[in-house]
Amino acid sequence: MRITDHPILEFTNKTKVLFVFNGQPIEGVAGEPIAAALHAAGVKVLRHSHAHHRPRGLFCAIGNCSSCLMIVDGIPNVRVCVEPLRAGMSVETQAGKGKII
Amino acid sequence: MMEIELLVIGAGPAGLMAALHAAEAGAGVLLIERSDRLGGQLIKQTHKFFGSKAEYAGERGIDIAAKLIDACEKTKTITIWKNTPVLGIYPDGVVTALHQEKFCTIKPAKVIVATGAAEKTMAFPNNDLPGIYGAGAVQTLMNVHGVLPAKRILMVGAGNIGVIVAYQLLQAGVEVAGVVEASPQVGGYHVHAAKLQRHGVPIYTSHSVKAAHGDPFLEGVTICKLDKDWQPIAGSDQYIEVDGLCLAVGLSPLTELLWQAGCDMKYVAELGGYVPVRNGNLQTTEEHIFVAGDVSGVEEASAAMVEGKLAGMYIAALLGYQTANYEPELQLAREQLAALRSGPAGEKIRNGLSKVLCREVG
Repeated sequence: MRITDHPILEFTNKTKVLFVFNGQPIEGVAGEPIAAALHAAGVKVLRHSHAHHRPRGLFCAIGNCSSCLMIVDGIPNVRVCVEPLRAGMSVETQAGKGKII
Repeated sequence: MMEIELLVIGAGPAGLMAALHAAEAGAGVLLIERSDRLGGQLIKQTHKFFGSKAEYAGERGIDIAAKLIDACEKTKTITIWKNTPVLGIYPDGVVTALHQEKFCTIKPAKVIVATGAAEKTMAFPNNDLPGIYGAGAVQTLMNVHGVLPAKRILMVGAGNIGVIVAYQLLQAGVEVAGVVEASPQVGGYHVHAAKLQRHGVPIYTSHSVKAAHGDPFLEGVTICKLDKDWQPIAGSDQYIEVDGLCLAVGLSPLTELLWQAGCDMKYVAELGGYVPVRNGNLQTTEEHIFVAGDVSGVEEASAAMVEGKLAGMYIAALLGYQTANYEPELQLAREQLAALRSGPAGEKIRNGLSKVLCREVG
């Protein structure tokens, strides 16, 4: 869900791009954090925790808390709350620590 | 290795003001910011600031940010590195950072750490469910990116951040189910709380969150009433259906670099957690390292800006760039800080500062 009408702010000049989330094409705004694009599309579960496999979502939005780590273009542990969205990106839900090697 | 007179770490309200005032006096400044935008948390503050004109009162945070960023970008003696996390401060004074995907070293004569603070969470069952956010994250999503965090949100905390963000949620078109506050009264400015009440938003004072529910994301929250000793009252549970829970329960200073640099640190609850011991000029126990803004104790952005100005001016003078109006301007900055911390609203901050100031102002 995106804000369309706001008493103070305007959200204009946005370039729409397509990216892929878990194999499905989703539309987002170029340059916004990946987490914002996923939220706008209604995706809240971003990863599952290592020990108890609990669903985790966005918490701090400043790249500080590690709640939102996902696999982006094959690279795990990307903080999607601060990673800018680009056209054609592949974004996947991450399970546990993510496979580095 | 890059040599610079002053390195400012963090380009929020404190860092921007520090860089501007040091550069204005004549110092060469490197301003480093880990995110891809300058302005820190100012860029999502759509409300008008309180205080006096000298601290930008009556202006919205977003407009103050735009002014300060513009001024920094136009100042030739300020070099700005965005997207650059600082990695360490070493005993020989060398600072390391990741700049343009490369590890680099910097040798500054002085450093101002203005790294800000991070949202606190609170303990209750299922507090890690997706749909539970820090208040700053909610502000970033809706005010910077224009994305709604949820359809119906419960706010926790009726301090300034809680009541201001709850009102901003209404402005963005989100239904606010209520504001939960553990203490018996609203802590935030009355004018913001009154706006909420005019919109029919209930404020549950002497209440707390008992548990969150939902799978795989938040569907509801149980709150309960607290007695005068802040203990849950049996049988007072109330279920509130929401798809968002916003925590405005305080911030803790981001002090990692100060710990690593060896600065003396002290736990001061009134200032948000561990903060550096320093003198009235914001100088830490490591003589070349200064602090400004929330990293030195969580306060309003207005205080962060004045601290940045004070530290910037003071360091410029130490480096030999003393402007003609230096003494009166430094004195004015101190008076502005005292005014911002005056009265009953500033009592907590004054108590906190009294525990962490190590030397008299010279």
